[in-house]
Amino acid sequence: MPRPVHWSRRGRDAIRARLSGRGQQSEMLESLLAFGGLVLLRDSIEWEGRDFLKALIKQSALCGEQIHVLGCEISEEEFREGFDSNINSRVVYHDLFRDPLNWSKNEAFPRGPLEALRAMCRPTDLRPVTIALDSLSWLLLHFPCSTVCQTLHALCRQGDSSPVERVNVLGLLHEELHAAGPLGALSSLAQIEVTLDGTMGRTSAHILYRKPRHRPAHQVDPTAHLTFNLRLSKKERETRDSLTLPFQFSSEKQQALLCSEPSQASSHIFYEPDAYDDLDPEDPDDDLDI
Amino acid sequence: MFPELNNLLNITPDKVEQGKLTLLCDAKTDGSFLVHHFLSFFLKAKCKVCFVALVQSFSHYNIVGQKLGVSLTTAWERGQLVFLEALKTSLDIFFQTPAGPHPLQFLREASARNLQPLYAFVQEALKPEDGGEATWRHPVLLVDDLSVLLSLGVRAVAVLDFIHYCRATVCTELKGNLVALVHDSGDAADEENDLLVSGLSHQSHLILRAEGLATGFCKDVHGQASPSRVIGVRAACVHSHMWIQNTGLADSTQVHRKKAKGNTQKYCHGFSLGDFSFILLGYFAFMFL
Repeated sequence: MPRPVHWSRRGRDAIRARLSGRGQQSEMLESLLAFGGLVLLRDSIEWEGRDFLKALIKQSALCGEQIHVLGCEISEEEFREGFDSNINSRVVYHDLFRDPLNWSKNEAFPRGPLEALRAMCRPTDLRPVTIALDSLSWLLLHFPCSTVCQTLHALCRQGDSSPVERVNVLGLLHEELHAAGPLGALSSLAQIEVTLDGTMGRTSAHILYRKPRHRPAHQVDPTAHLTFNLRLSKKERETRDSLTLPFQFSSEKQQALLCSEPSQASSHIFYEPDAYDDLDPEDPDDDLDI
Repeated sequence: MFPELNNLLNITPDKVEQGKLTLLCDAKTDGSFLVHHFLSFFLKAKCKVCFVALVQSFSHYNIVGQKLGVSLTTAWERGQLVFLEALKTSLDIFFQTPAGPHPLQFLREASARNLQPLYAFVQEALKPEDGGEATWRHPVLLVDDLSVLLSLGVRAVAVLDFIHYCRATVCTELKGNLVALVHDSGDAADEENDLLVSGLSHQSHLILRAEGLATGFCKDVHGQASPSRVIGVRAACVHSHMWIQNTGLADSTQVHRKKAKGNTQKYCHGFSLGDFSFILLGYFAFMFL
């Protein structure tokens, strides 16, 4: 029996998994939704990711979650194709397809799509919420990358502060449309990154999980257990703090410079001219009018 | 129209899949013959056609259309064809300030922000007739070509938005079809064009790609020093090559005449069909589940 999942450890934070075949599909989908945060779905022209996104939405709905879809690229009718009535009832479709730029002046989104996105995560009930962005590429093409990243970050953090159990944000991203900068920024925001690829007509999904950063329970004292002394006594600390650095311009130094008297023969220059010198007793800067 | 292309796509004027965006893409060759094909195809299929012609004059398309068996003048007179001849209409914009919104308004704007007036023109042209039976079948929008908009100063995102709105109206609302030509320069330095081609590819249901042969200029095919552009077709789903054999210039002209009746050397001006096949890149939604 072929091994459906191949795991390899790369780096401290990431576990890379490659899945091909239908064997452990629903387990895989469930594991993608278990962590909360941003799940980035990277697709290409050749390997379309919308069906994977719909599969994740189906899985969320089966787990009893409410799903909000920000639909920018296809119509609601086309998006809901393939969903049964049970799943359709859990999916709320926010239609940004028909008139995304408000050309018909209908004001479907009076404060803009990003504000509508933020509003999606102010829940009326305490069920876990899934937000699906179809697509993140559309948002990146129409809004600055920094604004989109801030909105996504705020959406993902909502799960911490609000009473909602968990917020999943699923973002569909078309790789060819963006430069390395925005792709990198979104990668760093994402909890999980799924890249769709394939060979010989079979799609495969490369899944990258970011392990949550471990924070130490107590602060480690770096000056402990050394063969030399890095600690300062109180007197030593005071002496160090009161030290004036030689090249730092402080108010004392300023006063010293301003109050200094013009030179009273305090310095002389002794110079012996040689045969080639052409000494001119006149001051060359005499004609300057400062 | 070219029956070989119809056979490959499995369509006839009586049997057309509605609500689709077809992207015509050419690389290192001239793909405008695909535009002529679809123009004659949809006119023969009795569809209401709105043709945004940014590159050539009405008479050019009319002459070619006649070789392919349709008369654009007749279609225009009876209201089947709405033709925006940009080469002529742009003079209205350049030399005087138009009274109201003009579809080519972006030519006057220092920084063309969007193509909303052009969309409004398309929307008006293809809106369903009030009351009574519809004279024509589903509406079709044809654009030749989108890359020239980039040269005219329109940003790639603005062109993508324009096609988005046209798709929402023509394909989704009116269940019509949208066919647009774009040039794939293949030049890594032209980021705007790459963005345009990629963005359109993601929106399209079908991509028809015309390319020069990988082996380059084929001496055997044309038999003369002037470059002969040969277009290759490879159906991604069917994996079949469709070649029209010829051995020399005389043969190619004859074969050309045999296959597409009425075409003359004039149609081949600057571009020799000669020995040709087509590259078809099918874009099908891959059902993951």
